[in-house]
Amino acid sequence: MRSNNIRPPWHVLVAFIVPALIIYTVFMVYPLFDSMRLALYQQQADGSQVWVGLENFIRLFNDERTTDFDIRFINALLHTFIFFAIFMLVQNPMGLFLAGLLSIKGLRGAAVYRSILFVPTTMSIVIVGWIWTLMLNPLWGIVSDIVAGVGLESIIPKAGWLGDPNTALPVVTLVGVWQYIGMPMILFLASLIGIDDDLIEAAKVDGATGWDIFWRIKFPLVLPTAGVVAVLTFTANFVAFDNVFVMQGTQAGPSFATDILGTYFYRVTFGGASLLPNTSMGATIATMIFFIILIGVLFYLFILRPRLIRD
Amino acid sequence: MKKVIMVTLLLILALPMSLQAQDVVELTMGSWRTEDIEQWANILEVFHAAHPEIHVNFEPTLNTEYDAQLTNQLAGGVGPDLITCRPFDRALLNYQAGGMANISDLPGLENFSDVALGAWSTDDGAETYCVPMASVIHGFIYNKTLFDELGLEAPTTESEFFAVLDALLEAGETPLGISTKDQWTTATMGFNNLWPNFCNGEETRQAILAGEAKFTDECFIDVLESLAAWAPYLPAGHESIGYADAQQTFPLGLTAIYPSGSWEIPLFNDLADFEMGAFKPYLPDDKDPSECSISDHVDIAIGMNANTEHPEEARIFLEWLTTADFAQVFSDNQPGFFSLSTHPVELSDPLAAEFVSWREDCTETIRMFDQFLSRGEPGGNQLMNENINVMIQGGVTPQEAADNIQAGLDDWYYSED
Repeated sequence: MRSNNIRPPWHVLVAFIVPALIIYTVFMVYPLFDSMRLALYQQQADGSQVWVGLENFIRLFNDERTTDFDIRFINALLHTFIFFAIFMLVQNPMGLFLAGLLSIKGLRGAAVYRSILFVPTTMSIVIVGWIWTLMLNPLWGIVSDIVAGVGLESIIPKAGWLGDPNTALPVVTLVGVWQYIGMPMILFLASLIGIDDDLIEAAKVDGATGWDIFWRIKFPLVLPTAGVVAVLTFTANFVAFDNVFVMQGTQAGPSFATDILGTYFYRVTFGGASLLPNTSMGATIATMIFFIILIGVLFYLFILRPRLIRD
Repeated sequence: MKKVIMVTLLLILALPMSLQAQDVVELTMGSWRTEDIEQWANILEVFHAAHPEIHVNFEPTLNTEYDAQLTNQLAGGVGPDLITCRPFDRALLNYQAGGMANISDLPGLENFSDVALGAWSTDDGAETYCVPMASVIHGFIYNKTLFDELGLEAPTTESEFFAVLDALLEAGETPLGISTKDQWTTATMGFNNLWPNFCNGEETRQAILAGEAKFTDECFIDVLESLAAWAPYLPAGHESIGYADAQQTFPLGLTAIYPSGSWEIPLFNDLADFEMGAFKPYLPDDKDPSECSISDHVDIAIGMNANTEHPEEARIFLEWLTTADFAQVFSDNQPGFFSLSTHPVELSDPLAAEFVSWREDCTETIRMFDQFLSRGEPGGNQLMNENINVMIQGGVTPQEAADNIQAGLDDWYYSED
């Protein structure tokens, strides 16, 4: 009897893969390697490329000239890690918690809550950033009024939420969290709904409380999804640009306190209000971002994921 | 029946396409002046009446993003057909990169002085790439109604200035309307307002260019210290207030003095419901008032994209910019922008007339870092923006700011000499 697993002839396989492979190579692989190649040159004022080897990369870590590329790079890198940390510690657990609530059987209006929580994700980030900036404005914004109204006036920074170097980055990040919390929530919800009801019934019969059920049945089964969410958050955060751009502009003030790798890259490559564009250093920064993300994803694929999947 | 509906729909869809087949050429004009949309609509009405076959769309971009966006659009061979040009180095770099067209042979350029054309020509003066439009004068705009109420007079010296600020603070007003979220504001409207008087105007600028003066000299340290002393008089939370917001606070009456320049007049005329006055940047206490100097900065011009699809129509527009008609309609709609053409123009706005009157009392110079000093890395404007803002926020001392600016320029500008 013929098994259903006969492999198609090799030329059929190739015919199906090749079109996508061509498009992927031309639009993603080639530009990636060409950017890495550009990082080894320094573009001159007339557009010609001069070979400099690894000098651009060295400049990212130790810039002897007053352009301070090294200070700005380490600054941006640190801020991106903080950005990522806030997303991982605030957005993802809250997403899981909300998904946990929404997955309760018989919850009235679950579809309504789900939609409401997901709507900000569908909104334009420019509008979200703009409205939040207006609300956070010390002159006519309502956030300071509300915070003072609940008696927390002492935490309002004198320089304004977006003007104090200590609060600017967390505030910008939290606006991003507010907007995108629907994403991990939906992913976790799909995973929670997929848990077999029989397991939960059996646990209830054995006398498990709601909290027990969550921690000892649902949570372990949700861990693979948590891994996926983590790596997606990681990749998205390390190329993030719009969050800061719409609220603070490419100058990423105050005094570069909200500067993340995405805005730093943009500012160096395309120039700023008075900064000249430097495509070679931009390519270098982009290459560094690529390697950072690569290391993170490899870590996930070969170390984290095998441990998260229960067999 | 279905066929009838289909045919009707197709005809309706074809209608706008047939209208477009008429010969109205659409040109886009890029600019950093988002405040001027209404004013340009009025100015362009006059142009459209004279040239009905051309339609110009004024499409400004946020001023902090304009330069980077323009440079990249031009590098990619796209961008607006008509380009509003920044003076000196910034536009020169765009021209040298091939993004802007050479318009040296445009008829009408003889209506502009060499000084005006020099801001938008190559160093040897041989190639011009933008038609000069206007210059602006730096100064302090203040709420005259409020001053009269409190019995205050416009200050002329440094100690008078701070006395007025203290009086305003005691009266419960926010004295200064400048903010520090956008890096360039305190640098352009603080430093560039003060240094001509504290130092020696154009003489000092030429000395800096020649390497004979340094930013660590005493007059510059005095400027920076005076500027750093503004900090307590700024609005609360000024680190989060951007330029666009600050522009709103003054006409709303939330701040009393607005350090800036004549370019704000069109916007303030629209919004303010009180009487406005202007005073010259203040002198250091020991300086003779006759030795004053103002920043009369050749600011804005319009040029042509080298890759535009409609070069003839763009040239027609640029030629119109050299006429007396344009000079008058521009001055009517943009008081505070002083036409650079040699055509005589009637100034009806009293605030603009006040600014222009200073030309008779004081010598003139331009903004410090726009010519030659912003062509390399790190550029003079960038150094100024980064350091002066941080200084006012208390991050560096005036001496450190001066040292940083000098060190940055030593790195490339002075080392080439």
